[in-house]
Amino acid sequence: MTDVAHAAPAGHLETSTGLDSRKLAIWTFLGSECMFFASLISTYVIYRHRSLVGPFPHTAWTDPATGQVYEPIIEIPLVTVGTALLLFSSLFIVLALYGAQRGNRKMLLGWLGATICCGLFFVGMQVYEFTHFVHKGLTLQRNMFGASFFTLTGFHGTHVSIGVIWLITMFVLALRKQLPPENAINLEMAALYWHFVDVVWIIIFPVVYLMQ
Amino acid sequence: MTAHVTAAEEHAHGHPTPGTYTKVGLVLFILTALEVALYEVTFGEHAGALGDLRQVFVPMLLTLSAAKFALVAMFYMHLKQDNRLFTGVFVFPLIIAAVVILALAALMAYHMAFSKSGG
Amino acid sequence: MATTVLGHEAHGVAPAHEKTGLWSWVTTVDHKRVAILYGIGALFFFLLGGIEALLIRIQLARPDNNFVSPEFYNQLFTMHGTTMIFLAVMPMSQIFFNYIIPLMIGARDVAFPRLNAFGVWVFLLGGLFVNAGFLFNAAPDAGWFGYANLTSTQFSPGLNVDFWMFGLQILGVSSLAAAVNFFVTIINLRAPGMRLMRMPMFVWMSFITMVLLLLAFPVITVALILLMFDRFFGTHFFVPMGGGDPILWQHLFWIFGHPEVYILILPAFGIISEVLPVFSRKPLFGYAAMVFSGVFIAFLGFGVWSHHMFSTGMGPIADTFFSLATMLIAIPTGVKIFNWIGTVWGGSLQLKTPMLFALGFVAMFIMGGLSGVMHASPPADLQQTDTYFVVAHFHYVLFGGSIFGLVAGAYYWWPKMFGKLLDEGLGKAHFWLQLVGFNLTFFPMHLLGLHGMPRRVYTYPKGLGFERMNEMETVGAFVLALGFAVFLYNVWKTWRTAPPAPADPWNGATLEWSIPSPPQEWNFPEIPAVTGRDPLWEAKRQRGGPLPEPQRVSGQGIHMPAPSYWPLVTAFSLPLLFTGLMLSSKIGPWGIIVAVALLFFGIFNWLFEPSYTSIPGVRGKTGHSH
Repeated sequence: MTDVAHAAPAGHLETSTGLDSRKLAIWTFLGSECMFFASLISTYVIYRHRSLVGPFPHTAWTDPATGQVYEPIIEIPLVTVGTALLLFSSLFIVLALYGAQRGNRKMLLGWLGATICCGLFFVGMQVYEFTHFVHKGLTLQRNMFGASFFTLTGFHGTHVSIGVIWLITMFVLALRKQLPPENAINLEMAALYWHFVDVVWIIIFPVVYLMQ
Repeated sequence: MTAHVTAAEEHAHGHPTPGTYTKVGLVLFILTALEVALYEVTFGEHAGALGDLRQVFVPMLLTLSAAKFALVAMFYMHLKQDNRLFTGVFVFPLIIAAVVILALAALMAYHMAFSKSGG
Repeated sequence: MATTVLGHEAHGVAPAHEKTGLWSWVTTVDHKRVAILYGIGALFFFLLGGIEALLIRIQLARPDNNFVSPEFYNQLFTMHGTTMIFLAVMPMSQIFFNYIIPLMIGARDVAFPRLNAFGVWVFLLGGLFVNAGFLFNAAPDAGWFGYANLTSTQFSPGLNVDFWMFGLQILGVSSLAAAVNFFVTIINLRAPGMRLMRMPMFVWMSFITMVLLLLAFPVITVALILLMFDRFFGTHFFVPMGGGDPILWQHLFWIFGHPEVYILILPAFGIISEVLPVFSRKPLFGYAAMVFSGVFIAFLGFGVWSHHMFSTGMGPIADTFFSLATMLIAIPTGVKIFNWIGTVWGGSLQLKTPMLFALGFVAMFIMGGLSGVMHASPPADLQQTDTYFVVAHFHYVLFGGSIFGLVAGAYYWWPKMFGKLLDEGLGKAHFWLQLVGFNLTFFPMHLLGLHGMPRRVYTYPKGLGFERMNEMETVGAFVLALGFAVFLYNVWKTWRTAPPAPADPWNGATLEWSIPSPPQEWNFPEIPAVTGRDPLWEAKRQRGGPLPEPQRVSGQGIHMPAPSYWPLVTAFSLPLLFTGLMLSSKIGPWGIIVAVALLFFGIFNWLFEPSYTSIPGVRGKTGHSH
């Protein structure tokens, strides 16, 4: 990038690249997070077929000791809905940001609200799925699939939850008229994080739920 | 202040419209539907309807996911329009991450295949 | 009413900040003070790690010794390693990252001053956390690398491993925060005209280190999480009985661990690349090659990790691949060594203390690198691994390399940071004691290892031929300690009696020597414009002589980030969180809940601190304001 300081309006912070340091910081952090999720995904891929006992993700299993039958535990339909909603939430937040950058408060609030709803639904879906799985006999301790499944999707879900809290904070700021175009960068940072969390799910969904 | 930086970037690079974003969203939805359909047709309810796809399942699935990943990164995260530095800062770790996943999976698969009971 | 919420880093408006007193240190966001805080921590923990080393050496001085128990010995070598790596060498590098990088690039501070302060508080608290185990006679004792499944609850039922596991997790947060901060700072806060290929080599090597930190630490974070789940939630990630595999720990740990050793050495490489030119009165030889070899080393550094696992039976393909990659790394490393020699060759050598340590670095690091290449061969390594040969290797690169380099940096930048030159006579005494003591301690370890003495053993029997060398090594360790005592005496004596140091005592080439010693809070009265490498030599050349001594000026109109205690408050939530986890069997989830609440409380107040809009500061010649 150019090494000459940009001519800028008075009060403008100049940087060597002309780019906002906070936006660069978020991208840097997301790069780091790629390694975090890569390690968790690797662990899942390594261990998912290493369970000594069921329940298994895609095949049924009968406990030789008790005769109890464990059906395959992965259920695609609900997760697909959650996946689709998370994808749409990325669209919604982009629209919210578009509104924020142009001072369109209605657009900002409406789409940001929609994003938050999708996020909350996704978290709710995960919580439901987790409790459902535990009910059917899959726990962290039960087998290697349980351990790696709950750890991977649990940490992803935690990231989503933090994202929801962040977005709600942005929503409150917007309500209080404290998110004018000059401050849209703050929403942009939250949006980048949110998209990243979505992108990680784009990988987790096929690897965990669709791959045999 | 900083918004002037962002605005300057936008005007220089032809910012996408809500229409574009929505179209991308539709494509993402379709790709997801294709992923699920591929699963159904290989392992699910309609397994075998298009022949035995088990060999090509993983490559096709990962291609669909990669396409979704790229669309979100390029359009929603604005990498396509933004300074290439952001792309570099994100893609470099991504490559290292992919290499690490593959290497780990391969090394551990070999190890677990050749060690006795319990791994 | 707050003008801009979630605005930029707060820039103080007009009122002078508290400059003295404890509170000004508690709330500081000044990179120079953060550096000093890292220094205080590093010094304390280096002494602690040194004492642990001396106790180890006393135990090993005689065969069949019982100076310490086997259990305590395990704690000693575990804590010595953990302390020296995470609490001494890395924080020592942080001293120079923090103090010097902003000065070298012509900035007033780092990109995120409060995040910087957060990092140092987390480090200090994390260091105390790891060592807290000593208070319960349960210091970490499973090695600094914590191999599974020794670290499982089955084989390590006590608190020892928990202190280690959670302590490292806390320290990881500090490293990641600093890495994001300096990565952005170096990219975005350079003075006008300072293109990437004009940056001082120390800044380049630090930049590469930040990239390594960002990519490597998340991996050990996950490894520690998996271990925590095994120990606290009954999972079997590393427990064979439940389907897990301890080898996964080794992989994850070394995917972090190998880049970590480059994190430990690259800053020292950078320091040497600053010291050798100045004290040879000659520019660094092969600047571009130095940059690219550094980048190459870092990139390759992610492809060699299993050379720590040659004895685990990975099979011939994996062995060959990692062996070749490891040997390949010797090439860019060799490029650097030859370029350092090329720098010194034909130069007008000023054999001051920084230069002595820098030259010592080159010699010692070559030796460490040679034993490293020997390890790169799997069949050879099968004999060397787990013996003292490895201990010799890594001490030659980490002590002969990193420590010699960091000490060179200390003597070099001491006048800039503290306004006093360290005494040359005492410095030379320190150097010779350190050089002799170091080689006496660690050279015999090569031979001991080849003769078969294993690592991590609390004693050895008579009659195996290990006695004489162990004796020598213990003597050497005490010579080292004496050298360090000389350094401490030097610090104390010059603090009290030395005259104020000039801005540029060494005829330096880089921007930090253009401002007073020590610098004023805002570093530069005007942000300089840069037209090439070695900007100060260029300026002196144009002037035809030395630059005038810079005057201390009033900082009227320069706006600096406002102090804040929220980084410290937020930092406390981390040790609190893990303490809560450790106590959860007694107090339930309440410790965790309070910690998370404190975390959110701290973060929200940090973000919403009444911040100031950016006000046009003093405009430098180039119109660059900060």
